[in-house]
Amino acid sequence: MDFLDNINYWIAMFQIVMGLFIVIASENLIKTLVGLGIFQSAVYIIYISPAKIFGGTAPILSENYVIYANPLPHVLILTAIVVGVATTALGLALVVRIYEAFGTLEEDKIQEIDLEDSRND
Amino acid sequence: MKNYDRVLRVISKAMIPFIMVFALYVQFHGDYGPGGGFQAGVILAAGLIFYSLIYGLEVAKKIAPPRFIELLVATGVLLYVMVGLMGIFLGSDFLDYSVLAQDSVHGQHYGIFLVELGVGITVFSVMLTIFYMFAGRGRNP
Amino acid sequence: MISSQLPALQIIVPLLAAPFCVIIRNSRATWLISVLASWVTFGISILLYLDVQTLGVISYEMGNWAPPWGIEYRIDSINVFVLLIVSSIGALVSLYAYPSISVEVDENKHYLFWTSYLLCLTGLLGVTITGDAFNIFVFLEISSLSTYVLIALGKNRHALYAAFRYLILGTIGATFIVIGIGLLYLLTGTLNLYDLSMRLGDMSLTQPQLAALAFLTVGISLKLALFPLHLWLPNAYAFAPSVATCFLAATATKVAIYLLLRFAYDVFGQSQIFSELPLGEVLLILSIAAMFIASTVAIYQQDIKRMFAYSSVAQIGYITLGASFASHTALTSSIVHLFNHAITKGAIFLLLGLVALRIGQPTLKKMSGLGKSMPWTSAGLVICGLSLIGVPGTAGFISKWYLILAVLERGWWWLAFMILASSLLAVIYVWRVVETMYVSDSDSRGDSHMASTTSPTSMTLVAWLFVTSCIFFGFHTSFSVEGASAAAKVLLEYTK
Repeated sequence: MDFLDNINYWIAMFQIVMGLFIVIASENLIKTLVGLGIFQSAVYIIYISPAKIFGGTAPILSENYVIYANPLPHVLILTAIVVGVATTALGLALVVRIYEAFGTLEEDKIQEIDLEDSRND
Repeated sequence: MKNYDRVLRVISKAMIPFIMVFALYVQFHGDYGPGGGFQAGVILAAGLIFYSLIYGLEVAKKIAPPRFIELLVATGVLLYVMVGLMGIFLGSDFLDYSVLAQDSVHGQHYGIFLVELGVGITVFSVMLTIFYMFAGRGRNP
Repeated sequence: MISSQLPALQIIVPLLAAPFCVIIRNSRATWLISVLASWVTFGISILLYLDVQTLGVISYEMGNWAPPWGIEYRIDSINVFVLLIVSSIGALVSLYAYPSISVEVDENKHYLFWTSYLLCLTGLLGVTITGDAFNIFVFLEISSLSTYVLIALGKNRHALYAAFRYLILGTIGATFIVIGIGLLYLLTGTLNLYDLSMRLGDMSLTQPQLAALAFLTVGISLKLALFPLHLWLPNAYAFAPSVATCFLAATATKVAIYLLLRFAYDVFGQSQIFSELPLGEVLLILSIAAMFIASTVAIYQQDIKRMFAYSSVAQIGYITLGASFASHTALTSSIVHLFNHAITKGAIFLLLGLVALRIGQPTLKKMSGLGKSMPWTSAGLVICGLSLIGVPGTAGFISKWYLILAVLERGWWWLAFMILASSLLAVIYVWRVVETMYVSDSDSRGDSHMASTTSPTSMTLVAWLFVTSCIFFGFHTSFSVEGASAAAKVLLEYTK
């Protein structure tokens, strides 16, 4: 059952590809951000999967336990999640202001306005 | 005052204190168990956001004025950096907690406590700032 | 005591100044804080540079945790050179900024600008100084997030969309970098760059190693705007406030190039990966494409800032071209051009900032007759243009000279010819600017935008400091070439 052993990684790969596809294919800015979020969360799975040990506990030393999970990837991903949240928040803030400035969230329409403006200059 | 959200008002009044206390528990128990500033900050912010969803943005802004929250963002970061700098002033490296007290175990405790407090304050206030930023849009054009 | 703490202070000073800007908020006070912090940072990196000259490699243990477990700041001749570039430009640009910012950014957002600027400086310096792979990602994101804010502060509404596009592409790039770092961590169990390179050297070549290098290269290339991945750059540079454009053009991509060099030569230097993966060849082809295509696109631009942004993409092509083959001369040329391009582009965008104070967003149409109304600024632009082309006597010439020497060492005459041919393209777009400024009729289109008739002294002085250094480093190469040569030597030592 080689496939099932590595199921986490298959899911992560699927998420990466799906996320990138959404970012590239969608015209709507919010959907682009959604795709970005899916893409980023794939990384969390890639990091956490190898750090999880079945039966392992949090790495707080005690005589009752011998197997501990590796804390480092968890900490790293906590940081990455915070970065992800910050990116999403900033992205959404920009989207709000783009909507106020352009009156639309569709990329092709924004680009049309772009072109018009540069002709008027 | 609308009547139809009375259930929400009563229940939220009952729940919010517990959310806040739980946030404090996660914050200060972070040295010994799972928890810490990130989680506590988010929980605390969630409590206030919950409050403001039920009672309205304006009331929430009276309790936690945006200007004050913005100051808290800076304060948290400053607290963090200051603790780090204490390591340098006491003759060791940046963020070395061991020198903060008479022995290294106590020092580590103080250091991680203060740093997590800084993180908690910053995360709480950043989350709230983000909420204010989005919630305030389009209300008063 | 304090001298051993310099590596940490390099990062802490701007990081500490940023929250003070949020607290104080007053426009002028935040500017003063930023200037002070930038100059202190600059001073620290000068001291670090001197230290590295005598000590060789400086290693600093964050929180007194010994590497490879703790985070190590590791400074050798290559990153101290980049530190010096970034902090010196930060210091000068902050000094220049005040009048320009007060026109181009809303008054109540000044403190936001300065906070973002300081955080961006922190991030860029952090990426450069740290010896820990994950730390690189964190600092990279600090600098990127603040860059998005800086760009979005531009007054034109297109700045928002440009910032958004950069946010999407920059995040994809950074995420690729994390995936690469994650794969390396899974392979070796370490995040310390020095330790990584040792362990990768001992290891036999496996698929994950190839995947890690591929992810890292693509991610970093997005950040440094290597040719087909440069799409975020022109609009971001064109619509950001002048000061932000100048700071970013001169530093952000340079730091990404440093990362590329660090990973390709140091971390993967001892692994056998390059016999399997033709990274050098790929880089070579993309660099040549950048030199020609981006220069050609630059010729057709109406917006001057966008024209020079495309020119940046082309110039980055020259830098990566030097990085693509592992010889001492080539790497020297690459690192010298890193420096020379930083001051040349810095000077150009500073001068354009002066122009923008007079006529608003500088476009070719509005700039006609500028040779008469702003003779000094126009003359400065001409000098910088010559340096971009690589005319003897300017800084640009030195780097192109070394690049051609490196190419001829390999006996690739065709490539030397191509470098010269692409410089001719630079002649065309620089000529278009010169022609509009001096030759075409002066019409009064710009007059309606006249904000002020004289340029602020502080801005002019700083801009001219950059312009003269373009000439100075064209004659006096001891600092730039020797620094770059030492850095190249260190990089090549890692690969042995």
